[in-house]
Amino acid sequence: MLSPDALASSSAAHPVVRVLAVEGRALVQDLGRVGLAHLGVSGSGAFDRAAHRLANRLVGNPEHAAALEVLLGGVRLALPAGCWLAVTGAWGPVTLEGERLEPHTAVRTSLPCELALGPATHGVRYTVAVRGGLAVAETLGSRSRDTLAALGPAPLAAGDELPIGPEPDDLVPPADRLPVDPPTTGLVELDVRPGPRLEWLTAGARDLLLGVVWQASARSDRTGVRLEGPRLDLARHGELASEGMLRGSIQISPDGAPTVLGPDHPVTGGYPVALVVTEASLDRLAQLRPGQPVRLHLVAGRP
Amino acid sequence: MRLLACGDRALLAEFATQGGVLGALAAWQDAPPGVLELVPAARTVLVRVDPGVLGLGHLEHWLTTTPRAEAALPVGAEVTIPVRYDGEDLATVAQAWACSPDEVVDRHSASEWVCAFVGFAPGFPYLVPADGAAALPPVARRSTSRTTVPTGAVALAAEYCGIYPRSSPGGWQLIGTTDAVLWDAARADPALVTPGTRVRFARVVP
Repeated sequence: MLSPDALASSSAAHPVVRVLAVEGRALVQDLGRVGLAHLGVSGSGAFDRAAHRLANRLVGNPEHAAALEVLLGGVRLALPAGCWLAVTGAWGPVTLEGERLEPHTAVRTSLPCELALGPATHGVRYTVAVRGGLAVAETLGSRSRDTLAALGPAPLAAGDELPIGPEPDDLVPPADRLPVDPPTTGLVELDVRPGPRLEWLTAGARDLLLGVVWQASARSDRTGVRLEGPRLDLARHGELASEGMLRGSIQISPDGAPTVLGPDHPVTGGYPVALVVTEASLDRLAQLRPGQPVRLHLVAGRP
Repeated sequence: MRLLACGDRALLAEFATQGGVLGALAAWQDAPPGVLELVPAARTVLVRVDPGVLGLGHLEHWLTTTPRAEAALPVGAEVTIPVRYDGEDLATVAQAWACSPDEVVDRHSASEWVCAFVGFAPGFPYLVPADGAAALPPVARRSTSRTTVPTGAVALAAEYCGIYPRSSPGGWQLIGTTDAVLWDAARADPALVTPGTRVRFARVVP
């Protein structure tokens, strides 16, 4: 049940999402920033962009509207009456006022109620969109939290109130539920293409990088997903002058481990990039669970 | 110029000199639709595209056929940055330069610096001596990065001097600390130092 305070705030003229509890990490994200690399500002934005776009489409929002990205679960939110919402991305026990909420389904609250996201069982990042989007203040043209640069809205804490934006022009689509498979808990295959410094690896290291099954490290975050496995040897040593990085660049650290850069990657970096994950495979990175097996598949031919 | 593969959404253009980078950057400002971003760095420009609008083959053609020349750094504003030369790696730099820590301070603060590019993190400037001939000897990065470098740390690596706008991990050699605010997202110009800004370091006695 909601406290009288929560009820009062949810029924106000300016509706808000009120954060009741956060155990893990919950961030506001939209589709990020572009064109600010000359200031050292990276793209950031939703890690699982397909889940973000889908959640927004389900409630009739423009795809770039700000939504919540919740890592692993452990989050409870108070929603006002008359609020359309949808949860996509990770799968797990998600309830609305105690009733199970199906993934990828737009629902409307008739009364103020509580949304609870339990521990994810498939994937690790839930996306929660509300109709109207989260109208928190923009920083440099985006509402995304960049965790590396500490730009944008602070990670959510209990007691935060997030304003809900005005009704969008589009209606909630009649097909309010989409059959999308849950993120796999088995082997994840990522398509990759050569990066600028592939030849810095020995031939043996290149074979290993593309041949072995890697494990997603628990030491992974929005800056990068570290892959654990055999050590990769460099054929070439010495320092590489800093150069521009991309989401999906696979850097080889001095300790011989590959790290796939995430949305909050540094704009430039000095470790050699051997491969780059293709656009189509990028979102799978967002849902890798610690220890999950990963294989890299080199796509031949010209992009 | 050498064009290097960089996945299915970008090409990395590599140049022999910083002048090559700056010339290309100037020549490529008038980019065709589909070019999302140019990311300049020491010897490279990363060109990001939306491959649904501009394919990499067309990008390569445009990059190789657009006329460009070597260019000098633009002449921008002048900024004086007060520094306490209390960095933990002063002795390491002194050893690398075969001089005393005091001489490191003298040489660093006597030089006029200019921002070549901003990278790594918001507002982190890569400074080079404004008079190329006055370049200081390069300094190797630390073999292991620090997990925490303090806000305002003034540091050296390779041919560059950098300033950490906020506390972060980092592998550069620390020579001092400044209270200057390098980055404030709420300011009209969030970055204090941008490409072309001339920088002088003023020694502050703690």
